[in-house]
Amino acid sequence: MSNKDQYLVKTEPFYQAQGKEVVLYEAAYHAKLPVMVKGPTGCGKSRFVEYMAWKLQKPLITVACNEDMTASDLVGRYLLEANGTRWLDGPLTTAARIGAICYLDEIVEARQDTTVVIHPLTDHRRNLPLDKKGELIEAHPDFQLVISYNPGYQSLMKDLKQSTKQRFTAFDFDYPSPELETLILTQETGLAEGTAAKLVKIGQVGRNLKGHGLDEGISTRLLVYAAMLIKRGVDAGDACRMALVRPITDDADIRATLDHAIDTTFI
Amino acid sequence: MMASSDSALKEYQHPLMQQYWKRLDTRFPQVADIFEEAMAEALLVIDRPDLDAYLDAASLIGKLGRGVEPMLVFIEEWPSVVAAVGKQALVPVLDCVKAMQKSPNGNAITPFLQTLAAVARRLQSVEQLQHYLDIALDLMRRTTGSIHGHHTTFPSPGLPGLFEQAPRLLNLLAMAGLRNWVEYGIRNYSHHPERQIEYFTLKLADSRAVLQRERHGTLFADAERSLDLYLRALWQDSDQLVPYSTAFDELRKPIPYYDALGMRVPDVFDDAYGISGLDRYRAVLAHMVGHRRWSEAQIADNWSPFQRMAVEFFEDCRVETLLIREYPGLRRIFLAQHPHPVEDACDPETTSCLRHRLAMLSRALIDPGHGYTDKDLLEFVRRFHELLDQSTSSTAEIAGLALSYVTKTRRQSDQLAKVHFDNTVIDYRDDNRQLWKFIEEGDEEQAFDAERKFEPGDELKGLPPRHYPEWDHATQTYRPDWASVYESLHPSGNAADIDKLLQKHAALAKQLKRLLDLLKPQDKVRIRYQEEGSELDLDVAIRSLIDFKGGATPDPRINMSHRTDGRDITVLLLVDLSESLNEKAAGSQQTILQLSQEAVSLLAWAIDCLGDPLAIAGFHSNTRHEVRYQHIKGFSECWDDTVKARLAAMQAGYSTRMGAALRNAGHYLSSRKSDKKILLLLTDGEPADIDVTDPEHLRADAKRAVEELTTQGVTTFCLSLDPKADEYVREIFGNRWRVLDRIERLPEQLPMLYLSLTR
Ligand SMILES: Nc1ncnc2c1ncn2[C@@H]1O[C@H](COP(=O)(O)OP(=O)(O)OP(=O)(O)O)[C@@H](O)[C@H]1O
Ligand SMILES: [Mg+2]
Repeated sequence: MSNKDQYLVKTEPFYQAQGKEVVLYEAAYHAKLPVMVKGPTGCGKSRFVEYMAWKLQKPLITVACNEDMTASDLVGRYLLEANGTRWLDGPLTTAARIGAICYLDEIVEARQDTTVVIHPLTDHRRNLPLDKKGELIEAHPDFQLVISYNPGYQSLMKDLKQSTKQRFTAFDFDYPSPELETLILTQETGLAEGTAAKLVKIGQVGRNLKGHGLDEGISTRLLVYAAMLIKRGVDAGDACRMALVRPITDDADIRATLDHAIDTTFI
Repeated sequence: MMASSDSALKEYQHPLMQQYWKRLDTRFPQVADIFEEAMAEALLVIDRPDLDAYLDAASLIGKLGRGVEPMLVFIEEWPSVVAAVGKQALVPVLDCVKAMQKSPNGNAITPFLQTLAAVARRLQSVEQLQHYLDIALDLMRRTTGSIHGHHTTFPSPGLPGLFEQAPRLLNLLAMAGLRNWVEYGIRNYSHHPERQIEYFTLKLADSRAVLQRERHGTLFADAERSLDLYLRALWQDSDQLVPYSTAFDELRKPIPYYDALGMRVPDVFDDAYGISGLDRYRAVLAHMVGHRRWSEAQIADNWSPFQRMAVEFFEDCRVETLLIREYPGLRRIFLAQHPHPVEDACDPETTSCLRHRLAMLSRALIDPGHGYTDKDLLEFVRRFHELLDQSTSSTAEIAGLALSYVTKTRRQSDQLAKVHFDNTVIDYRDDNRQLWKFIEEGDEEQAFDAERKFEPGDELKGLPPRHYPEWDHATQTYRPDWASVYESLHPSGNAADIDKLLQKHAALAKQLKRLLDLLKPQDKVRIRYQEEGSELDLDVAIRSLIDFKGGATPDPRINMSHRTDGRDITVLLLVDLSESLNEKAAGSQQTILQLSQEAVSLLAWAIDCLGDPLAIAGFHSNTRHEVRYQHIKGFSECWDDTVKARLAAMQAGYSTRMGAALRNAGHYLSSRKSDKKILLLLTDGEPADIDVTDPEHLRADAKRAVEELTTQGVTTFCLSLDPKADEYVREIFGNRWRVLDRIERLPEQLPMLYLSLTR
């Protein structure tokens, strides 16, 4: 089915496992259990799901959630056309029909009344009622729902309801250990190991200030950015300031401290 | 209270108060007016046994014949001085007062006492305060009675001015700078009383110019936050930093060190050797961190002073090697400040050269480009790096190397009295007192100080207590009905005080107001682009129709609906009112309690503007039998004078049994009908109570309480004022916490935090 093929992940994404998550995910998939991936921003949640879709050779449909999203954006809607109306499946419906992994990224961004449409798909029913169309879709046996969720404390308003949370199995992600993170940087960007290890060190320094003036530490994603800049010949100090320090804070004392760490790490 | 006609006969209800009043032995009615309040404040920082000394000092000052003013000032300000630098300051301060009284300088006593608290807060240690007093007394002696050849009787013209300006001067100058500035005034104006007055009150152009000239380097007080961040971010360490002055001990310059009370660093660092003042502070801290991480105290009894000196040099280089391994750029910063002695600068025929040899060796151990050629030196450098290759080695191992170095290079002349000192002092290194232990001395057990400063109150009347279970982490079970929570209405004070506080923050309030307007629910919100809705959205519908007629795919979302704004939040603000809030906040003139009071007032005002239902309560505890929960504002109460009056009377005492208070607050919140129920906890420390010795117990219980609340649909968030809170707040509150490093910014931060949390 070509419709299905377009959602397949064609080449193997690089994913560095941090623990047993690959095996555990496979078990959850085969047990038809929905999965929630928790963790701070840029720690590899999306990459993991992509990798699992490739490994299982299942199509992957990703939806980036936002607060303007309505249930119809997930489920589908009627479109008016010159000669009548036509139903168009939303991404969730498509995934349920073709047996894809549906990945709702940053689910907390969506309004709570939107979130509840996933409920029947996530318990023993595994179906999706299309009220407007008067159709009840039984989910394809290969279908699986995955959501990502950043439990950072930016807003207490953005949290999942217990009734939503308690429908998922969950993985707690965090930034990888220094050794693994170094490996990720070298694999992702081809940067030399020594330089990568130094970047990781700066990452650690920033993470030590989480809660002390920084809301979030420096993410793996930002470290990858810095590595990419260095790889292109940018001076390491400049790359760090540009990719690791300036984006995350305007506090002069914190900047000076991170700059000092950079200056004494890259010499 | 009533002002009685004869104050000496005043009656106080409390026998202790009566006893204190008697000890004060005064007839000033003005003192009687403030006495009770002042004592309440003094009791918070001054321990019982030291109270008599305080009262006696006040009594003495009242009898100097200088009116009531100095006594009043002393009574009110002294507790702040104790809070800043400790009670040991009393003797030198009284000596200073007596010296002024004996000379004709009694007129300077009041100005002296008036700024003493502010000065103490800036100086932060009793040693620094002593330097300040010495400078003032020196000025007094050298400018008293020497004008125009007259003898005695003339008071120092400059002294009162110095005292008045002292806080401002110390904001700009380190101790050495202050001394130089005073010195200039004495030398140039000791014979011009008018000019001298102008100089010391900063009215003279050259007094301001000298001030500018003396103002250099990085002052500790300005670098403190950066240094805290540095320790935390780069080394995951943190400690109290205590400044000392280098301006005075000419013979033995003070050296950095650390002990149980904190890390001691100079009060100022100039840029030098091409290294900025801030980086010099960082080098000092890094070196101490190195010892804290990797050094282990050695038994010193069996080693000679020479051997110990060598061990210290080797060990200093070992920790620096390891530090440089972490941050290679430190090498440049260390080396720039490390002497590089010339190889034959010391003549071993006439001089003891051991220091010189060790300083060269030290240089060579951390500087690959040292350029020395001595065979022994090169051999020991090689052996040192062999030990440290791929490992951290250890203090004991490196001490072994140091001892064989001493044996190998020993010379008769090392015993000579004339020691070569030039170019051997490494001033960023600490004095290594932590490196040694002496077996003669026993470890002193820290006595558990259970003495309470307040008598437990028996004013707990009214409602019967509520009982809550407490989680016992050791057995993983609940202890049923373990904590008794007594609820009461918080006593009332003067509502106008709160209005004054709000007034003080008018600018901040204005800024908040702008944010609030953005967040404020517009009663009805129109939601457009709906497929189903309550009304047709004409604009969109027409556009769709045109698309449709034109053969294009029209947008089906032609309806709109209304919804009353989704902001449906209930908040309960729970304020920790334990004893520690009475402490002065670092970097501020105010106590944590006062800052909390301001912050809570602003938050209450802000939330009132938003219209979210809000309750405020305070808590503290005195064993599990007496957890007090005081209502300051109920959900249904308006933000009015009744509530403000309760806020105005906020007081702190006793301990922090957090779990029980959280459960009680949760009880009120969980019964509210709101989408979102938030319990905001404001605290300055970890859970503790005097009947619990295992610190883990109340932490585990608080964590449990937070979990219970979560299942009841209550979200708990903790704003901690304890910069060292990381270890336990994370454990208790998971992700929902923030530590405020700069407490003085609490009034601004608390409302901001709430706004960002509920955006
Ligand atoms: N374990 C990992 N293996 C390979 N790459 C990783 C890993 N973790 C992080 N990365 C790198 O970090 C980048 C960011 O990861 P990803 O986009 O998966 O973050 P995320 O957790 O989904 O963040 P957000 O919550 O912001 O969406 C990836 O593009 C990848 O380069
Ligand atoms: Mg992502």
